[in-house]
Amino acid sequence: MILVPNYATYRKRDGFLISLLLKKKKKFLCLVASERKRERERERVGYRKVQEGSFSASTKPSSFSVLFLTLLEHDYIGLAEKPSMEISEKSSHLNLNLKETELRLGLPGSESPERKPTNLISLFGKDLRNTNALKNLVAGSKRGFSDDAVVDFEGKINNTHKASQSAKPKQDKKPEISETNDHVSPPSSKEQVVGWPPIRSFRRNTMACSLIKNKDDDEEEERKPSEASGFLYVKVSMDGAPYLRKVDLRMYTNYMQLSSALEQMFTCFTIGECNSGGFPGKDGLSESSLRDLLHVSVHVVTYEDKDGDWMLVGDVPWEMFTESCRRLRIMKGSEAIGLAPRAMEKKGWSHNNNCRRIK
Amino acid sequence: MPRIAYAFPDEVLEHVFSFIHSDQDRNAISLVCKSWYEIERWCRRSIFVGNCYAVSPVMVVKRFPKLRSISLKGKPHFADFNLVPEDWGGYACPWIEAMASAYPWLEEIRLKRMVLTDESLELISKSFKNFQVLVLSSCEGFSTDGLAAIAANCRNLRELDLRESEVEDLSGHWLSQFPDSFTSLVSLNISCLGSEVSTCALERLLAGCPNLQSLRLNRAVPLEKLVNLLGRSPNLVELGTGAYTSEMQPDVFSDLSRAFVGCKQLKSLSGFWDAMPYYLPAVYPISSRLTSLNLSYATTESPYLVKLVSECRNLQRLWVMDYIEDSGLEALAVSCKDLRELRVFPSDPFGLEPNVALTERGLVSVSEGCPELQSVLYFCRQMSNAALVTIARNRPNMTRFRLCIIEPRKPDYLTLQPLDAGFGAIVEHCKNLRRLSLSGLLTDRVFEYIGSYGKKLEMLSVAFAGDSDLGLHYVLSGCDNLRKLEVRDCPFGDKALLANAAKLETMRSLWMSSCNVSFGACKLLGQKMPRLNVEVIIDERGPPDSMPESCLVEKLYIYRTVAGPRMDMPGFVWRYTGP
Repeated sequence: MILVPNYATYRKRDGFLISLLLKKKKKFLCLVASERKRERERERVGYRKVQEGSFSASTKPSSFSVLFLTLLEHDYIGLAEKPSMEISEKSSHLNLNLKETELRLGLPGSESPERKPTNLISLFGKDLRNTNALKNLVAGSKRGFSDDAVVDFEGKINNTHKASQSAKPKQDKKPEISETNDHVSPPSSKEQVVGWPPIRSFRRNTMACSLIKNKDDDEEEERKPSEASGFLYVKVSMDGAPYLRKVDLRMYTNYMQLSSALEQMFTCFTIGECNSGGFPGKDGLSESSLRDLLHVSVHVVTYEDKDGDWMLVGDVPWEMFTESCRRLRIMKGSEAIGLAPRAMEKKGWSHNNNCRRIK
Repeated sequence: MPRIAYAFPDEVLEHVFSFIHSDQDRNAISLVCKSWYEIERWCRRSIFVGNCYAVSPVMVVKRFPKLRSISLKGKPHFADFNLVPEDWGGYACPWIEAMASAYPWLEEIRLKRMVLTDESLELISKSFKNFQVLVLSSCEGFSTDGLAAIAANCRNLRELDLRESEVEDLSGHWLSQFPDSFTSLVSLNISCLGSEVSTCALERLLAGCPNLQSLRLNRAVPLEKLVNLLGRSPNLVELGTGAYTSEMQPDVFSDLSRAFVGCKQLKSLSGFWDAMPYYLPAVYPISSRLTSLNLSYATTESPYLVKLVSECRNLQRLWVMDYIEDSGLEALAVSCKDLRELRVFPSDPFGLEPNVALTERGLVSVSEGCPELQSVLYFCRQMSNAALVTIARNRPNMTRFRLCIIEPRKPDYLTLQPLDAGFGAIVEHCKNLRRLSLSGLLTDRVFEYIGSYGKKLEMLSVAFAGDSDLGLHYVLSGCDNLRKLEVRDCPFGDKALLANAAKLETMRSLWMSSCNVSFGACKLLGQKMPRLNVEVIIDERGPPDSMPESCLVEKLYIYRTVAGPRMDMPGFVWRYTGP
């Protein structure tokens, strides 16, 4: 049983908001219907269905939150209002939860500290790339917006927040949310949450080695890289960055993917060199900062192999690389002069595919 | 009336205290009165520091002048899962240096999740004349050169245990650094090392150490060599094999079997990398002696695992991969009535579909069949409230229950309800539950249950659960014995945190990542609670000073301390310093 929102409660609110609501009502209902269909098709998605059941009636915050939240999110980003008396009269137990469903006035993208986004934010996945975007939209937080943020408000989104860089391998992603998005390509098995399931790196790396060995033994079995379920985390250091990162080489199938991931991971440090204190543009590198970057520095990616030698990334086939790579290092162009003359010519570190040193 | 208290000279009290080993009891003694505090501190021989930043080495050295054994833990638990950036901290160096000057007679050092350098290892090997035990659990930052220094200089070394540490493997030659006259080794665990160790050096070492009881080899040691090694160490109690695979040779098989039988005290087996079904039966002759079996790296099919496990009637601890499947666990429940601890690891945690027939049924059958079962770590893909309630009712003696449903926020697969009722039953029935890890779809309700029933709970791990601050509030206000709380991806925010600020001083640490705590709350907490370190791990957005108060922090680590802000904070960790 789904609780249908009682629009009557909104009548006491701002007239502008009501008209907006009524306009969007049709769109909302259509979206709900299509989302239900999608929901039924995908059994794997793990979010709540609102049902009567073993819960006592007084403690079902989820049902309210779903509906109010769905009204709240899509196209209503940033619009908020003081809670009406009727809502707050509901059981005090629900109070804390209902607050998050309050509509408030505010600019899109502005922070609203009291919001508590729930987990039930799947119905409007169509326009939203992943949970981060969704969470951001609800919380108006500085986690940044995805590139495909809510269509109507895209233009108004505060561009000073960094893009959520959904391709970032280390970024948290909620698998079920990302699946609701039709615009994004079908999620690979690699879209995983960092540190989940909670398996120690020692075990993960051991399992990865086992899988390689099985791969060698089993020549007939065709294992696509995206199905390989091993892990191979290697440290990535960049000269001048305050801390190191780790990437999982098994998430990529070629150098292109790796280099774009590294770019996105370390962009902030590079941009930081160019314009101090400024935040990078929505897409990572805006055109002007890119031009500045090319003039200021060039980066070359190197790796340390099993023998302890530092090699240039890109010379050997991908599989050989993943098997022998122990750690990565992104060197500054000035240091890399002796190492990669071709990189200097081609200006190795940029968005422009032609210039990519890494194949 | 004579004062009886003064009738006891200090030496007598000291002698009485020497029978008390538990840290908590010792702490209680030291609180009785000043003279007991003084006596106790002079005779304390062993100390455990659960968070190396809660106290400074100088303070420890000052209070306890005669320590022989020290245990330290560094990084938060979630560092195991890559949630803590590199170079966060946990450096053992200041501790080693302080101890090198203060405790020339230090015998034991145990470190967990700390960063240790080769220089520190060298310092250890040279500073402590009677150094005996070195246990490095999940540590990193050192290489085999440091181990070579330990091997060369520690004449009385009894234990060298590198469990799951990240060692930079420069070569296997460090083992040869043990002098010929070296005889004291009792325990050696090198299972985490990647490269080959010289088998000759190993053989020589084992030949010289008749008291060796625990030997855990690394994967690079082939099965054939294992036979020789076993022949030289007949007193082994614990053995970790290397790669348990080889070409199928009957003579290797029989040699191996004979070698196992030859170790008459052998009770625990581990290793079994790439275990081949052909060689598993070599264990059968000693299977009735085995109390601990770690098959968690054995990628063998179910039937072979089941056969092996069914033979081990006296098994108390079993770590296995989910290849064992429900049927295997049912067999386990029938054969191993003394089972105390079960851990089932996933073989394909990142696949979308289940690859083995392991469900909640396996765990239910073990809970029914094994009356001594106390500790569970179980990875599975589906769970139901009914199963959890059954498990809770079957095993009220459960002390550690960690369930990981691989997909985040997965509901009860039968009723599609959250798993609140199931976990609620666990905390309600298992009155001695000390450690709990939650997963699956959970609302604030489960935290209400935990808060009201989990009175003995000491460590709680939460991920992708809860609806609001109420959840966190229930836990912080209800769990009296809570020491460690780690939370990720839950909608817990400022209110609950600030309302329960006082509770945080009674806990060792609190980790919150991807929650809804604002930067303003962190500042406030840091301001109001000087005995807490409220550390915010900054992501790439820039230093928090430039962030508005309402900004949400990505990672937050709060721990109590008497040592003030730590001196070695990297640039990406921020702590409130002043108005």
